[in-house]
Amino acid sequence: MNVPQPYQVVGRDRETADTVTLTLEPVGDPLPAFRPGQFAMVYAFPRGEVPLSLSGTTPSGTGLTHTVRAVGPVTSALAGLRPGHHVGVRGPFGTPWDLAAARGGDLLLVAGGVGLAPLRPLLLRALDEPRDHRGVALVVGARTPADLLYRDQCDTWAQRAPVAVTVDRPEPGWTGNVGVVTTLLDRVPYQPRNTTAYLCGPEVMMRATARDLVHRGVPASRVFLSLERTMRCGTGHCGQCQLGPLLLCRDGPVVAWDRAEALLAVREL
Amino acid sequence: MTTSAGFLTGLTEPQRGQLLALAETVRFPSGARIFDEGELAERFWIAEEGSVALDVHVPGQSPPIVETLGPGDLVGWSWLFPPYRWHLGARTLSPVTARQFDAAAVRDRCARDPDFGHALTCAVGSVIGRRLRGARARLLDLYGPPRGGGR
Amino acid sequence: MTEPTRQAVMGPDGLEALRQALVRRGRTVVGPTVRDDAIVLAELTSASELPFGWGVEVEAGRYRLRRRSDRMAFAHSAGPQSWKKYLHPERVRQWTADRGPDGTLTVREEVDRPPAYAFLGVRPCDLSAIAVQDRVLVGGPHRDEAYRRRRTGAFLVVVECVEPGATCFCVSMGTGPAVHGGHDLALTEVDDERGHRFWVRAGSEAGAEVLAELPVRPADPTTVARAEEAVTRAAGRMGRTMPPVDLRDLMRDTLEAERWNDVAARCLTCGNCTMVCPTCYCTTTEDVTDLTGEHAERWRRWDVCYDLDFTHMHGGTVRRSGLSRYRQWLTHKIGTWHDQFGSSGCVGCGRCIVWCPVAIDITEEAHALHAEASGRDAEGAGAS
Ligand SMILES: Cc1cc2nc3c(=O)[nH]c(=O)nc-3n(C[C@H](O)[C@H](O)[C@H](O)COP(=O)(O)OP(=O)(O)OC[C@H]3O[C@@H](n4cnc5c(N)ncnc54)[C@H](O)[C@@H]3O)c2cc1C
Ligand code: SF4
Ligand code: SF4
Repeated sequence: MNVPQPYQVVGRDRETADTVTLTLEPVGDPLPAFRPGQFAMVYAFPRGEVPLSLSGTTPSGTGLTHTVRAVGPVTSALAGLRPGHHVGVRGPFGTPWDLAAARGGDLLLVAGGVGLAPLRPLLLRALDEPRDHRGVALVVGARTPADLLYRDQCDTWAQRAPVAVTVDRPEPGWTGNVGVVTTLLDRVPYQPRNTTAYLCGPEVMMRATARDLVHRGVPASRVFLSLERTMRCGTGHCGQCQLGPLLLCRDGPVVAWDRAEALLAVREL
Repeated sequence: MTTSAGFLTGLTEPQRGQLLALAETVRFPSGARIFDEGELAERFWIAEEGSVALDVHVPGQSPPIVETLGPGDLVGWSWLFPPYRWHLGARTLSPVTARQFDAAAVRDRCARDPDFGHALTCAVGSVIGRRLRGARARLLDLYGPPRGGGR
Repeated sequence: MTEPTRQAVMGPDGLEALRQALVRRGRTVVGPTVRDDAIVLAELTSASELPFGWGVEVEAGRYRLRRRSDRMAFAHSAGPQSWKKYLHPERVRQWTADRGPDGTLTVREEVDRPPAYAFLGVRPCDLSAIAVQDRVLVGGPHRDEAYRRRRTGAFLVVVECVEPGATCFCVSMGTGPAVHGGHDLALTEVDDERGHRFWVRAGSEAGAEVLAELPVRPADPTTVARAEEAVTRAAGRMGRTMPPVDLRDLMRDTLEAERWNDVAARCLTCGNCTMVCPTCYCTTTEDVTDLTGEHAERWRRWDVCYDLDFTHMHGGTVRRSGLSRYRQWLTHKIGTWHDQFGSSGCVGCGRCIVWCPVAIDITEEAHALHAEASGRDAEGAGAS
């Protein structure tokens, strides 16, 4: 079935001035289970559809959460929804975060801005399965303290795993770090050679972070990035999300750095 | 733990020893000013514990923080280059333990031992480079609204 | 029980019999016909509408009809249209959505009932192009249903090529001029002192069934030999070639070549090449609403990788320069298509060369990139 399935908004949390998290439950049959890293095409009636990564699941097991930043017509329409409203959802699409790659080693999650959203379900899963790996650490960068997603949850996570947060621009009263996210790569514990890293944020930030991690000894094949291009269909048919040989809706969005590095180095590929 | 790819990793083991031989351990309480903009840069530090904010003095405001530094980081590099004056201020955000160096003594050692001087200059240069890259990345306002960037 | 006839010979009157046999099966028969100074594709109401005695003269940026001295109906190379017009239409409604008074959303998949097509006169290169679009649109984990409904059961009558155009290079792409399966019926046209006739072979059960209804005579060795010779001769008369290298490697290794500047200076980014290409499939979506705002429709339409709107994000377009957009088109066609769909995206039909307003030639560009890469290698080798 390739038309949007109706889902109902059952929860809406404002994260920042322009970002909200929507919790959706299916009106009819649920879509197949989404895995962390995968995305949905979410339809804001009557405006249109946009790709949104899974930002969490619900206790019911059938629900989805998406964290959406209002940047244009469709995302603004989605951010304006209230509990009770309906949306359409297609999916799951794309490659999930490869959690198996980290078995027995360290997990390092590096998020920039809204990029924390697709990493959240991965973090929660990793925290729930502590015996599968040595350790989990989270590094988060945001523009200002007010732009940090999931602030309360961050505090909870910090009790279970090392969490380092930095902002580009502090506000009065901010006592945390100031600087780019790469400055925090030495502030959380992980053994580079045994580490699998998961990066999501602006492409420039991911490139800089991936290079720094590889320099520190993290294998390039175990640095995963969630890449983004325009997507119209999610099903590999519209041709819009090409990055050289990759169709990012099918071969991505999660791509390992050993694959992505050369492609991202070519301007306007 | 991490490899602590801090400032000292830029030096060879013996050079690290030579440098640390010139250090003394100091402690600052939280909220202490370590140095101020415009003062002569006569000392520098490598943070061991706690965090340090680099800030700018703006009249009528609490000093805006430009960057924060933590364990392993070099605190201050203006001591290596003329005119040897701080161009930012530094204050502690928590109790801080640090290795403190006498700038003149280190500069003197550099002058007498060109290999050591070269290695140390490179190490400081790479710190400056990293901070410059960070500053430029923040100038791009990557996380800002579209036009500046997306997610 | 006797074996059904798998091959035979028929005269030109067999074409109308063929058309009628297909119409009897409820099919819409589409084939080439002369219209507006070109050979276009249209529904045939009579086989006499086929371009008997017409040929074309093509060159880069040039297309002209010409009268032939014989009666051949299929001795012309590709025209401006291809079968994707029918199988992957320019605009398709994918779904309609309604919001009820209580706010509930109902989305209905558009399940249209396209005609059961029969394509009469598919060139071997175009048969390969259909196979390419099959892999893209229905060969992966998700299927394009609008395409599937049109493609499933479409009846394909292929006519082998005996008269390649100056812009043809199907031999380089391994797609022609002979047919290698995937057809229901294959024809090879012969017009000599023994008359105008077709060697016909069935490639499927459906094809054999139709063949049984046609006014045919047993295949004679002379006709078969003449037909085979003509196709062999055609293979030796290709107007263009591709460089004899792995084009996928060539594209991957020349992304930063100088040549892109050269072609970018000429390319108008008009997108004609994508419109005429039988494999280009990219689309975008449009969501339209009625005045009440309670009813919406999702349309999908062809998109063009030369448009600035194609792939816009982060407040702008990823491929801003004309260079990057031409490079995307060419490297996709003959390079990354292999990675994405397991074959080349170019079948060597030559349409993009003919219909480019500034005569940009895909084979010339590939040769130039190859020359630049070889020059670079030679220099590298010389220097070391
Ligand atoms: C795999 C994938 C996962 C994604 N996950 C999320 C997510 O979890 N949360 C989220 O908020 N967003 C996510 N995005 C981005 C989101 O899809 C876009 O922001 C959205 O498509 C913009 O649509 P629009 O109609 O609101 O705006 P548009 O009209 O498409 O664009 C409005 C403005 O935003 C710019 N813009 C367009 N596309 C993007 C983009 N991709 N990123 C940034 N700016 C853009 C435009 O240039 C324009 O300035 C994801 C994208 C992809 C490809
Ligand atoms: S790229 Fe040109 S020659 Fe190749 S199939 Fe498309 S139109 Fe034909
Ligand atoms: S190559 Fe020719 S047809 Fe294609 S976009 Fe450029 S000018 Fe137009």
